[in-house]
Amino acid sequence: MPAIHLRLGAFSAALALLAATTDPSVAQKKYDTGATDTEIKIGNIMPYSGPASAYGIIGRTEAAYFKKINDAGGINGRKINFVSYDDAYSPPKAVEQARKLVESDEVLLVFNSLGTPSNSAIQKYMNSKKVPQLFVATGATKWNDPKEFPWTMGWQPNYQSETQIYAKYILKNMPNAKIAVIFQNDDYGKDYLKGLKDGLGQKAASMIVAEESFETSEPSIDNHIVKLKSSNADVFVDIATPKFAAQAIKKVTELGWKPTHFLNNVSASVGSVIRPAGYENAQDIISANYLKDASDRQWDNDPGMKEFYAFMAKDFPEGDRLDGGTVVGFGVAQTLVQVLKQCGDNLTRENVMKQAANLQDFRTEVLLPGIKINTGPSDFAPISQLQLMKFKGEKWELFGDVISADVGG
Amino acid sequence: MSTAEDIVTEAPAVEAVPKRAMTLGFGTSLVVLAVLILVPLFVKNFIIFQLTMLLIYALAVLALNILTGGSGQFSLGQSAFYAVGAYTSAILMEHVGMNYALTLPIAGIVCFGFGFLFGQPALRLSGVYLALATFALATAMPQLLKLGYFEHWTGGVQGLVVTKPDAPELLQAMASWFHKSISQDMWLYYFTLAVGIAIYIASVNLLRSRSGRAFMAIRDNEIAASAMGVDVALYKTLAFGVSAGITGVAGGLGAIAVQFVAPDGYTITLAIQLFLGMVVGGVGWLPGSIVGSAFIIFVPNIAESFSKGLSGAVFGVLLFLVIFLVPHGARQVAIVAQQLIGKLKKN
Repeated sequence: MPAIHLRLGAFSAALALLAATTDPSVAQKKYDTGATDTEIKIGNIMPYSGPASAYGIIGRTEAAYFKKINDAGGINGRKINFVSYDDAYSPPKAVEQARKLVESDEVLLVFNSLGTPSNSAIQKYMNSKKVPQLFVATGATKWNDPKEFPWTMGWQPNYQSETQIYAKYILKNMPNAKIAVIFQNDDYGKDYLKGLKDGLGQKAASMIVAEESFETSEPSIDNHIVKLKSSNADVFVDIATPKFAAQAIKKVTELGWKPTHFLNNVSASVGSVIRPAGYENAQDIISANYLKDASDRQWDNDPGMKEFYAFMAKDFPEGDRLDGGTVVGFGVAQTLVQVLKQCGDNLTRENVMKQAANLQDFRTEVLLPGIKINTGPSDFAPISQLQLMKFKGEKWELFGDVISADVGG
Repeated sequence: MSTAEDIVTEAPAVEAVPKRAMTLGFGTSLVVLAVLILVPLFVKNFIIFQLTMLLIYALAVLALNILTGGSGQFSLGQSAFYAVGAYTSAILMEHVGMNYALTLPIAGIVCFGFGFLFGQPALRLSGVYLALATFALATAMPQLLKLGYFEHWTGGVQGLVVTKPDAPELLQAMASWFHKSISQDMWLYYFTLAVGIAIYIASVNLLRSRSGRAFMAIRDNEIAASAMGVDVALYKTLAFGVSAGITGVAGGLGAIAVQFVAPDGYTITLAIQLFLGMVVGGVGWLPGSIVGSAFIIFVPNIAESFSKGLSGAVFGVLLFLVIFLVPHGARQVAIVAQQLIGKLKKN
C-alpha cells in the first residue's frame, strides 16, 4: 500500500510540474497578499469625518470610479475590491486603520491616503512592512524620497515645484525684481518658501527684500501686508490658505500697492477665494495649475472633461462636479488603474512599485493639455509640471508653456 | 448603650459603600485579568495593537474618572495633558536617547506638575466654567506644539517619529525555549498591561485613602468638607495633578504604541472622546474605564461599517441609545448583572 501511495504521489507531482512548465500563462502569474485571479484588494484611508471631512469626497469618487471599472470587467479580468476607512484626520487613528488594512484585510497596497500628518504617521510602518503607500494625497515634498522610503509615492505636484516655477518665471521676465513674501508658518508654508529660494538660487538673498510669516490662529493678516508694502517690493508672493489669501488680495488693492501678485495653487479657487475677495481686486494675479477646472466654461467641449462629466452624471450623481476633490479623485484613480494594467499578471508589491515608478508620458484627461505623468526609479514625483495662469475678468487664463520642476524630498 | 453600639457597628458599613462602588470584587478582577493576559496569545498582531490602544485609552479615562468621579471637577482638557505626556516621552526617546520605560515616569511627573499648576487658577472656577477653562487648554495645545520656539524639539507640524521598542533579550531568549517569539506588539501590550495594573491598583488605593475620602467629600459638598477640616484648595489641585499625571503616562505609552506624535493627534476631539468614555463607563466607577475605552475605540468602527457618509450620525444614534437605556453606563449594567447572578444563585 505505501508503495502505491508513493507512486501516486510521484505521478501527480510530475503531472503538476508538467502543467506548470507547459502553460506559460500559469507560470507567469505571481501574487502577493491581496491579489488573486479574480480580485485585487486595495486599501484607502480618508477623513470622512472630522475637521478635514470635506476631502472625503475624494475617496467616494474613487470608490465610484473603481465600481465603474469593475462593471466594465475589471483590470485584466480582476475586480478591484476597494476598502476605504475613516481616520477623522487623526494620526493615531490612521495608524490603526493602516494596520487594519495591512494585517487584517490583507490589501495589496494602500492608495491615496489623505493628509500630511496621517501619511507621516504611517510612512515608517508601511515601509517596514514593504507595502506600497501609493499616490498619497498631500502636496508635501517629502514623499519624493525613493532612497529612504522606496514604498511611498506622491501624486500631485509638490509645493516646492510650484514656487520653483514662479522663481523661473521671475528670473526670466523680471530679473531685477524686488520680492516680498508672506507665508503660513507651518510645513506647507515653509515647503513653498524653500522652493522659491531654491528656484532663485544665489539671487534669493538679494531679490527677496521682505519676508513675513503668520499663524493660522491670527484673525487677520492685514498688518503683515502693510509691512510688506513698506519694503517697496514690486513682486508679491502669496503663500496662504484660502481664507488668508482672500484677505491678502483685498488688502493689497486697498493699500494701492500694485506688485505682480503670485498666488499659490492651494488658493486658486475662484469660488472660495477670488469671488469673496472681489473680481476687480484679483485682476492680473498669476498662479499655476495642473488640472482642468470643472467650473471653467472653456472645457465644456473638451473630450477629456466630457468623459469626466459623463462619469459624474452616470456613476457618481450624488457628487458635486464643481468640488475640486472629484476631479482629483477621478484623475488619481485613473493613474492607479494604469499602474495595475502595467503590472499584468505579476501582482506582487514589488512589481506594483516598479510599475508605479515606470509611468511614461501617461495622461489622465483631466490634466491640463501638455502635462504628463512621468516617474522613474529615482523620480517618485508623478506630476511635476504646471502651467501658469493669469486672472482675467472672472476666470483664469492659461498662458505660456507647461513648465517642469522636479524636486526631491 | 444600645444606640452607641449601633453607631459603632454602622459606621464601617457607611464607609464601605463608596469603596465597593468604586471597584470590582476580587474574583471578578481575577477573571478580567486572566482574559487580558491570555487573549493576546491567540490573536493577530493588529488586534494586539488595538488592545494596547484599548488599555492606553482606558488609563486616560481612568485618570479623568479620578478627577470627575472622585473629586467632582469637570475637565475637557485631558487631551492637553495626554499631548504633553506623549511629547515628553517622544522627545526623551528620540533626542536624548533615553530608554522608553524610563520616559514614562518622567512624562507622569511633568504632567503632574503641569496639572497641579493648572489646578491653581481652576480653583476659582467650578462646574461648567471649569469645563470651559479646560476646553480652552485643549484648543490651545495643538497650536502651542507648533510654535517655532519649540520646533527644534517638537518637530513642528511634521511631528516626531518614535522607534518601537523590542522585547528585552532575556524574555526573547526565554520565549525561544518554547519555540515562540515575542513580537514588538505583544511585548508592548504586556508592558502597557503591567503599567496599567500598577496604576489601577494605586488609584483604587488612593481613593480608599484619606486623600480619596477628602476628594469625595469635596465632590459631595464642598462647604461641608471644608467645615470638616479638608483643605479644599490643596485637594482640588492635587486631584488635577494626579489626573494629569496618569493621563501623561497614558500619552507616553500612546506615543510609543503609535510610533508617531504630531499636533493633529491631540485635538479637542480626543478630550471629548475621553469624556465620552468616562460617561459610558460610568462616572466614578473605575473598572468602567476599560468599557468606556472600548466604546470610543470600537464603536466608531462599527458605525463606519453601517455607512461611510453617515458614520458620525450612526455613532450619535448609538451613543444616544446607550445614554438613554443605561444612563449610568457600564456600572449600571454591572449592577443589573450582579443582581441577576445573585437571583440565580438563590434559585
